[in-house]
Amino acid sequence: MIPLSWYLALSAVIFTIGVVGVVVQRNVIALFMCIELMLNAVNLTLVAFSRYYVNPTGQLFVFIVMAVAAAEAAVGLAIIISLFRSRETLNIDEADLLKL
Amino acid sequence: MEILFFLFATIAVVAALNVILQRNPIYCAIGLIVTLCSLAGLFLTLSAQFIAAIQIIVYAGAIMVLFVFTIMLLNVRSEEAKVDRQKFLRWLAVPLFLALLGEVYYVVRTVNNPPPQIPATGTAPPVEILGTVESIGREMFTSYLLPFEATSVLILMAIVGAMLLARREKASDVIQTQATTTEPEEEPVISGMGR
Repeated sequence: MIPLSWYLALSAVIFTIGVVGVVVQRNVIALFMCIELMLNAVNLTLVAFSRYYVNPTGQLFVFIVMAVAAAEAAVGLAIIISLFRSRETLNIDEADLLKL
Repeated sequence: MEILFFLFATIAVVAALNVILQRNPIYCAIGLIVTLCSLAGLFLTLSAQFIAAIQIIVYAGAIMVLFVFTIMLLNVRSEEAKVDRQKFLRWLAVPLFLALLGEVYYVVRTVNNPPPQIPATGTAPPVEILGTVESIGREMFTSYLLPFEATSVLILMAIVGAMLLARREKASDVIQTQATTTEPEEEPVISGMGR
């Protein structure tokens, strides 16, 4: 059987890639996809722990995380659309009205 | 088993790198879809069949369709030519990546967590039915009924919020003017021309 630490290491790598994506991407939609990547890394951790502790609670958490991700994507993309309408851009450097 | 793990893990990591390195968001979306599908394969190796199916249907199906639809709607092709004003962030990212990975490794190494205690057979459900719809549904509708209902309220709020945010300002004016003053013919035509 595959050790638990392998799954945790893979999850850490994918999460880190997501964090780096949030730093390097300048497109708002691509930035959102990096957030989805991080959520999925956490899901992998939860499912791995659920399997190794033989407890279905972790998979239930994954279900709720997916519902939250769907809600977040719907609201976030609506915000992006209204941002595009007011600013005519998708670059997050252009949306700096609150910047000092 | 190990072969499957390494296959899916390699595909997932390569596609995730594709997500953060591509400039065109539609290629990012394709990379994310590949990552989600390979993660569904990993869920299957962890005997979580229901979660794997939901991952494909909800994530790779519904949420990614929403993303791709938004990309198509906003026509982002003209955005690629713009100058990147903060190019130094990209060079900062590699040390940050290594630092974060090192931190995770340090935490995993130093935190003294007990090894997972596999419960004795008989008290816990066997591994084969762990990820089935029956096992998850029983947990969801008995022990975790309140979080489940809270999730449905959250999704309702998200629907209302998304419709409120994404609707046009002109359309709201039309609705208000129609409600206050009775001009049924004039306003819809003008708003249609304005588009």
